Amino acid sequence: MFPKPIERSAPWVGVVYKLLVPIVLFFWLLPLIGVALTSIRPAGDLAAGNYFGIPSGFAGVENYTAVFRDSPIGHYILNSFIVTVPTVIGAVSLSCLTGFALAIYRFRANMVVFFMFVAGNFVPFQILMVPVRDFTLQLGLYDTVLGLILFHTAFQTGFCTLFMRNFIAALPFALIESARVEGVSEWKIFRYIILPLMRPAIAALAVLIFTFVWNDYFWATVLVQGEHAMPVTAGLYSLNGQWVAAWHLVSAGSIVAALPPVAMFFLMQRHFIAGLTLGATKG
Amino acid sequence: MASAFFERIKGRTSVMSASSSIMGGGTRLFRQRALAPWLFLAPGLLFFLIYVLIPIVRSIWIGFFDWDGLGEMKWIGLSNYIELMGDESFYTSLKNNVAWLLLYMLSIPAGLAIALFLNQTIPGIRIYKSLFFFPFVISQVVVGLIFSWFYAPGFGLLPALIKSLTGANIAILADARYATYGVIAAGLWPQIAYCMILYLTGLNAINPEQIEAGRMDGAKGLKMLWHIVIPQLGPATFIAVVVTVIGSLRSFDLVSIMTSGGPYGSTRVLSYFMYEQALSEYGYRMGYGAAIAVVLFAIMMVFISLFIVRMLSEQRRG
Repeated sequence: MFPKPIERSAPWVGVVYKLLVPIVLFFWLLPLIGVALTSIRPAGDLAAGNYFGIPSGFAGVENYTAVFRDSPIGHYILNSFIVTVPTVIGAVSLSCLTGFALAIYRFRANMVVFFMFVAGNFVPFQILMVPVRDFTLQLGLYDTVLGLILFHTAFQTGFCTLFMRNFIAALPFALIESARVEGVSEWKIFRYIILPLMRPAIAALAVLIFTFVWNDYFWATVLVQGEHAMPVTAGLYSLNGQWVAAWHLVSAGSIVAALPPVAMFFLMQRHFIAGLTLGATKG
Repeated sequence: MASAFFERIKGRTSVMSASSSIMGGGTRLFRQRALAPWLFLAPGLLFFLIYVLIPIVRSIWIGFFDWDGLGEMKWIGLSNYIELMGDESFYTSLKNNVAWLLLYMLSIPAGLAIALFLNQTIPGIRIYKSLFFFPFVISQVVVGLIFSWFYAPGFGLLPALIKSLTGANIAILADARYATYGVIAAGLWPQIAYCMILYLTGLNAINPEQIEAGRMDGAKGLKMLWHIVIPQLGPATFIAVVVTVIGSLRSFDLVSIMTSGGPYGSTRVLSYFMYEQALSEYGYRMGYGAAIAVVLFAIMMVFISLFIVRMLSEQRRG
């Protein structure tokens, strides 16, 4: 283990370390702590210039109620869920199939298709923007949640395919061989042998894609215009324009918008990190 | 987001050897197996073609036109690119993209430093690690708002600190000299968290015997870090470089949220400049926007190709 484990140092080193970690963490999260604190500040504090002192009282309930009552943020959040959940299901399902195809079969175009998915995922969004917007308009899906869902599903399929392919390729191939010897059809091999083994990969991808899509801002501004289909990221930005200097509301809104992916992260932490750091170690 | 891309393509050798034995099957099965991959691929590939691959080609095509997005498209050849060469905003954006790219690289050593700091086993360390990772999980919109507030002149924490230290009043995001750096700093926050988690995972997998052997030989501290630890963190570093390069060139959200490209266009980057030209009050210049996107795409393709070449060569080595 590197650096040297603290237990092997002098006892005072351990004590200093245990004190130091929360202090460093405090500074690391200072901007966030400030926002959390502001979100429970009474509006009067801001007027009085008390921006980062101790709040004069707890106005969390008022502020958060005000955010939900006076703004369509509840509606935006609902939109975000309506966009995110089907995208997660769609992209993960499609990539179970594509990942299986690329991991199990040897055919000429395999590597080409695979690297198309890989490269496609790195391209700047702007190279897709004009045609995707145009295509969405032509489908009559501009300014709808469905337009966003279709695009996100397609785009995330690239990332998911790579993930699934590598996961399936690491499974013992003997499973498939023996099934084939028994004359099991390819579809049944996928459905009854491989798919049940993919649960951890599905879980990891689901949380990752949920976070990516929830946090998307660019496509929310390009493919959506009106309030009725707007996800919370774009919605929060437009509310920020309306709540000029009402930082206690902006802060409360920010916290609300950040909460679902944060909750997802804490609930499925292991899967989330396993997904994100896949390939960061050898073997 | 792309880290999983880089899992070494390890399973491939086993797939290869196994599939050669498959090929010996009967004709019916053989045909099924020749067709099966395409049937499995069809839905996903179709989606990806329609929404990703074809749009790339179409964007390149649209870059040769004058088009407002609705009316007739007018072929103008290379005019968009020629105009771009003389456009001062283009150079500002390009310069800022370089600044983003270079400064974003700081997140790699910074992420490593935090990972080393946290790589201990005290009670509660898991929760500390998660909390350090926090900035990556929240949306860039929220990060942008948090930092706007942090920088806000008059009541933000940072100007207050600067004022108490130097007595100067600085409005970071309103000052063309500092604005871009202010935005980049906001971007570094989640990016450092991302690199940190990559390195924590990498450190976890380090061969303890080598560390012990190094200790026996009297290596410690920086020497140990440089000669024994960092070489073993190769895969983590590679992913960190990739996601940092891509992330820096993709920067859009923070610029849009924190400055809208201002003051006086000084914080524009190519992605935002493109958006402005194609879809905002500056007029719907889809052709010009597409041309800017093509330039950004070309820059990114240089890096993407390098990454893919490296992945391929790793794969050949097994």
